[in-house]
Amino acid sequence: MQEFEPKIVAFVCNWCTYAGADLTGTSRIKYSANVKIIRFPCTGRIDFMILMKAFENGADGIIVSGCHPNDCHYSTGNFHARRRWIVFRNLLNFTGIDTERIQFSWVSAAEGFKWADVVNNTTKKIREIGPYENYNKIAVSTLFKEEGATNE
Amino acid sequence: MSRIGVFVCHCGENISATVNCEKVAKVTGELKGVEFSTDYKYMCSDPGQTLLKEAIKEHKLDGVVVAACSPRMHEPTFRKACAEAGLNPFLCEMSNIREHCSWVHPKDDLTTEKAQDLVRVMVEKVKKNKALNSIKVPVTKTALVIGGGIAGIQAALDIANCGHKVIMVERLPSIGGHMSQLSETFPTLDCSQCILTPRMVEVAQHPNITLHTYSEVESVDGFIGNFTVKIRKKSKSLDEHLCTGCGLCTTKCPQKKIPNEFERGLGMRPAIYVPFPQAVPNKPVIDREHCTYYIKGKCKVCEIVCPTKAIRFDQEDEVIDVAVGAIVMATGFDVLKTDYFPEYGYGKYADVIDGLAFERLASASGPTQGEIRRPSDGQIPKKIVFVACAGSRDPAKGIEYCSKICCMYTAKHAMLYKHKVHDGIPYVFYMDIRAGGKNYEEFVRRTIVDDETQYIRGRVSTIYEKNGKLIVKGADTLMGAQPVEIEADMVVLATAGVANHGAEELAQTVHISYDPYKFFAEAHPKLKPVETNTAGIFLAGACQAPKDIPESVAAASGAAVKVAALFSNDELTRDPLVAVVNRSAPPVYSQCVGCFLCQSVCPYQAIEREEIKNRNGEVIKTLARVNEGLCQGCGTCVALCRTKAIDIHGYSNQQVYTEIMALLND
Repeated sequence: MQEFEPKIVAFVCNWCTYAGADLTGTSRIKYSANVKIIRFPCTGRIDFMILMKAFENGADGIIVSGCHPNDCHYSTGNFHARRRWIVFRNLLNFTGIDTERIQFSWVSAAEGFKWADVVNNTTKKIREIGPYENYNKIAVSTLFKEEGATNE
Repeated sequence: MSRIGVFVCHCGENISATVNCEKVAKVTGELKGVEFSTDYKYMCSDPGQTLLKEAIKEHKLDGVVVAACSPRMHEPTFRKACAEAGLNPFLCEMSNIREHCSWVHPKDDLTTEKAQDLVRVMVEKVKKNKALNSIKVPVTKTALVIGGGIAGIQAALDIANCGHKVIMVERLPSIGGHMSQLSETFPTLDCSQCILTPRMVEVAQHPNITLHTYSEVESVDGFIGNFTVKIRKKSKSLDEHLCTGCGLCTTKCPQKKIPNEFERGLGMRPAIYVPFPQAVPNKPVIDREHCTYYIKGKCKVCEIVCPTKAIRFDQEDEVIDVAVGAIVMATGFDVLKTDYFPEYGYGKYADVIDGLAFERLASASGPTQGEIRRPSDGQIPKKIVFVACAGSRDPAKGIEYCSKICCMYTAKHAMLYKHKVHDGIPYVFYMDIRAGGKNYEEFVRRTIVDDETQYIRGRVSTIYEKNGKLIVKGADTLMGAQPVEIEADMVVLATAGVANHGAEELAQTVHISYDPYKFFAEAHPKLKPVETNTAGIFLAGACQAPKDIPESVAAASGAAVKVAALFSNDELTRDPLVAVVNRSAPPVYSQCVGCFLCQSVCPYQAIEREEIKNRNGEVIKTLARVNEGLCQGCGTCVALCRTKAIDIHGYSNQQVYTEIMALLND
């Protein structure tokens, strides 16, 4: 049987994690090819609709990573990202979206090794959990659920 | 229908070793909207760029994707090439198939497939790209230099001599930095102060340099060419205009038992003090922590004796705002703290000192007027053990790097000791002797051969006191790890050079990145050694990594040239990747509802209020508007906008969603 190859999208900021991933490359540290990076100026730019869009299109896991607190190139963008995550996590749990599939981390431009660890650990975890087939079911059922039905 | 060109780079073998570049070019060439695709050995080379330009013209391309290295490396190169071929540079995107693909994955089909995915994403994105024009912003031709050591001094003088204004901020009461504490410098044995103090005076007297000592940078706002900096000028309790620097107050101050920081605690100073005799400015400050008046509410001896009535006990800190166009970080380094060496008894035995303290002992202006005497009893030591790599290259101490300067200054210390105490025996415990530099190796040879210094290769395990002697136990690894025990009179530890205290906070204040050791990070380790990732902020000297004096000076001059180049233009062009509020006609129907959440999260105050009026002049709606000159393009407002009225060029909602869809649906 063919092994499950998870599709994982990484949303990263340009200044810390993107540069950190560049350093992983420059240092020739190997990591799993399942993760593909989409570059953003700042984690502050990454709104949750972007994460939902990734799940909707078949992502099995998501990494969001940016500068450590206090290190944001734009001073405060990562604080907004962190706050947004805290608020949305509850909402996502409530709607039944598997928050285990979203990995938040801080990876600085100097942490090439850490980036490889984040990628490898996330890939391992998603591989264990399996493909994310429930998202579209949840999305449809949440939209079209009959009145009074409770969320499971 | 788009006409996209895809250019896949082999980067010699850096990419093609693990990625099948021909296949990537072929497969992506079949994507919808791709007019032309090819692969080439070196896209960034002159022929490679020519190939790109010719293809743009020949195939009338309206979008370009270069699959090569990180866009952080070569995006400007290829965007410039596109512009030269008549294509708007912002219609060019890069796929990072080197750092994010070929270098981190093995050679197999998955790696090539990933490269294809990454190229496909950019092809879809570039279809949504818009032609943009660069933004022009004015440049304030004043530089801020933070730190008044040799690096800061050199950078300030070089910039000032180019005809630009410089503001220098120094945390301590005098400029001069660590170099002013040194006795003589390797490998020439120049007297440190003799070569430094003329430069310090030049800084103070230069018409283009404004000096703020005893001051700290409190906040930095703005961006390249247009920074606004708040400087806190700590109260010196003194009217500097009235003070003549006669020094009477410092001799009359009754509080005289404060360990002198400049002398590394080997001497004492009063509460009102000038750090050292050649200080610039040569005017005292009151150390409020130790001043009797501030502790007990009475004394004021200095006020009574001052002939010009310059003492101001009620003086408060002053915070000033300055506008600068560039910033040079020259905050230097520190040496590892005492509590890291319990096994060496540092801090417990008075005669175990660090290298900087030895510099003071050897200095003609030091606490012993240049005589090498033990701090404990003032005796001349007959045997000194120098321990190199005290902390450096020792993961157990959390410092894996080489501090670089210790081999040389340890050799210098042994030499100076031998020159001053002819019958003394210097021992040096070392791991390796790293003497790379002009005339450095010859200098170490002289120490070993001419000055008969005993070099022992091995680490010291422990130091303890016995009958007034310091017993140094170590091993000689060149003699089969044979144990060595030396009864020394004094021990000098070449403690590791570490990031200056407060470096992390300062980096966060000025928004630059730093490495795990808190040294400031350069933009590129080889090709941009004095730039930071934040445009307009440059690095000079040991704030970046341990450096010796010539290296610090060279880096400072390098940073100064970067500043001068920046100031050679009246206007800067900046990437137009900024936020924009989408408008519709008539504006009253715009999506923006005027909630101004964007305004509350913007770190740059770039969101303005625009009032829409009807023909009677009454305000019917208030919309957000982005000031392009201020916006830095972080996009936090975009994520927060309730009605998705605000978007950002280069990372628009449409572009991002397209990227995600392209990535996940092959």
